[in-house]
Amino acid sequence: MSADSVVTVNRACVEFDGEHVLENVDLSITQGEFIALLGPNGSGKTTLIRAILGLQPLEHGKVALFGTPLARFRDWHRVAIVPQRLPGATSIPVSVWEAVLSGSITPRGRWRPFPRSSRQAAQRALESVGLWSRRHDRLDTLSGGQQRRALIARALSTSPDLLVMDEPTAGLDTANLQALTTLLAELHAAGTTIIVVTHELTGISHLVTRAVVLRNDHHESVKYDGPPPVPADFDDDVHHHHDDAHKPPPVELGPA
Amino acid sequence: MSMLSYDFMQRALIAAALVGLLAPLIGVFLVQRRLALLGDGMGHVALTGVGLAFLLGTAPIPTAMATAAAGAFLIEFIRYRSRTAGDVALALLFYGGIAGGVLFASLAPGKASSSLNAYLFGSLSTVASGDVIALLALCLLVIALLAIFGREMFAMSLDAELAAVQGIRVRMMSTLLAVLAAVVVVVGMRVVGLLLVSAIMIVPVAAAQQVTRSFRATAALAVLLGLVASVSGLVTSFVVEVPPGPTIVLEALALFAVLAVIAVPLRRRRRRSE
Repeated sequence: MSADSVVTVNRACVEFDGEHVLENVDLSITQGEFIALLGPNGSGKTTLIRAILGLQPLEHGKVALFGTPLARFRDWHRVAIVPQRLPGATSIPVSVWEAVLSGSITPRGRWRPFPRSSRQAAQRALESVGLWSRRHDRLDTLSGGQQRRALIARALSTSPDLLVMDEPTAGLDTANLQALTTLLAELHAAGTTIIVVTHELTGISHLVTRAVVLRNDHHESVKYDGPPPVPADFDDDVHHHHDDAHKPPPVELGPA
Repeated sequence: MSMLSYDFMQRALIAAALVGLLAPLIGVFLVQRRLALLGDGMGHVALTGVGLAFLLGTAPIPTAMATAAAGAFLIEFIRYRSRTAGDVALALLFYGGIAGGVLFASLAPGKASSSLNAYLFGSLSTVASGDVIALLALCLLVIALLAIFGREMFAMSLDAELAAVQGIRVRMMSTLLAVLAAVVVVVGMRVVGLLLVSAIMIVPVAAAQQVTRSFRATAALAVLLGLVASVSGLVTSFVVEVPPGPTIVLEALALFAVLAVIAVPLRRRRRRSE
């Protein structure tokens, strides 16, 4: 395992009710990579991300973050995720400012007041996504693209070394997409390792250094792992599998 | 005010103020986690504790506290173990709580089962002088735990998985919240009653959130509304001679209605200013 290893996944398998969702995933991500995790619905993209973050138990296999096995990993401040939405913010009003600050809450800080430095970092993050003037507004009154930007600010405010984003480009208009790609380019240039879960590379393809394509497969989930663009024959396959989502996956005896 | 010349009334007012202050502070987390009915169930479980206290001749507050806390752990355990059947399992626990309470009280010697009513709907005269100390201690405990763990509980109730990735121990926070709700149920048991105590956790929060824009403001306004409803409801119940629980809850609901009316033009004006 190299010193700049960020994510290491070793023969990871995940099953839901006997269905194989992930099979023998091997993935090694090093510092500074910009990964696009691609694949059709049901190919296990989100499951893989959840497994990497310790939210999804593995049937077999191992995951390590920054060289530390997940079970012993404690440096969670180095990791941040950008979800598609913040479901809890729709019942009680939550201001944009509170949502962004919530990213800096850690068990370590429980015995002292909320640090001033975290507030300043949250302000810088909100300014960088252009939402500082909206900080007192309810998060759920913002447009979809603005909410996404607020959640990005939430993740950025902790200055993570690894940033994981779930479908960040979905439903963004051109202006928001432009702002997002500029921001991602800056982060990538600053050395942040970025994993983007996405259906398509549109808009961010020039930033991606490596594409990882998943599929429903009985033997091995990763079917392409290399520089973008993804070769066309893999793309075709993606759509076939999408259509076959309800049938059991074909048994293939490929190389282990 | 002549009612303050009665010792029992002074004690009841203190108890009402404490529950009016505390209940919305816990309720705001429950509503955000979509567990608004959790406090209700906790009240049912605490009733078994009251029945047990009658039967065994122990003090009602500690016995109810122990039962409700055990219920809180059990509820969190059930919720964690069975994602889908959890709903039904909780219902079973709640029915068991009420049935157990009434049964134990009926088995108890004397007129215990008739005084059960005071625990179901609250009473002005049941706050004993020793209770005030116990209630104050419980109150300080809740406030101290909120001061320490409140931020983590907030992050958890926004999104449990995001919180977990920040290193927050979600199960621990979730159990702590359930235990705090159990404490509030016991604090409110005397004056509001076990069947209605969860209303004072939820209704002020539901009222406040109609006009607020942040979690903090919602919590602050809900505490204010909770205090107004519980203290004025108690006074009303003294004057009109009805049980305080229903009076307090109806006043809270009236505040909800008032804020619902105020919220309409407020929201319209905000939308225009955007």
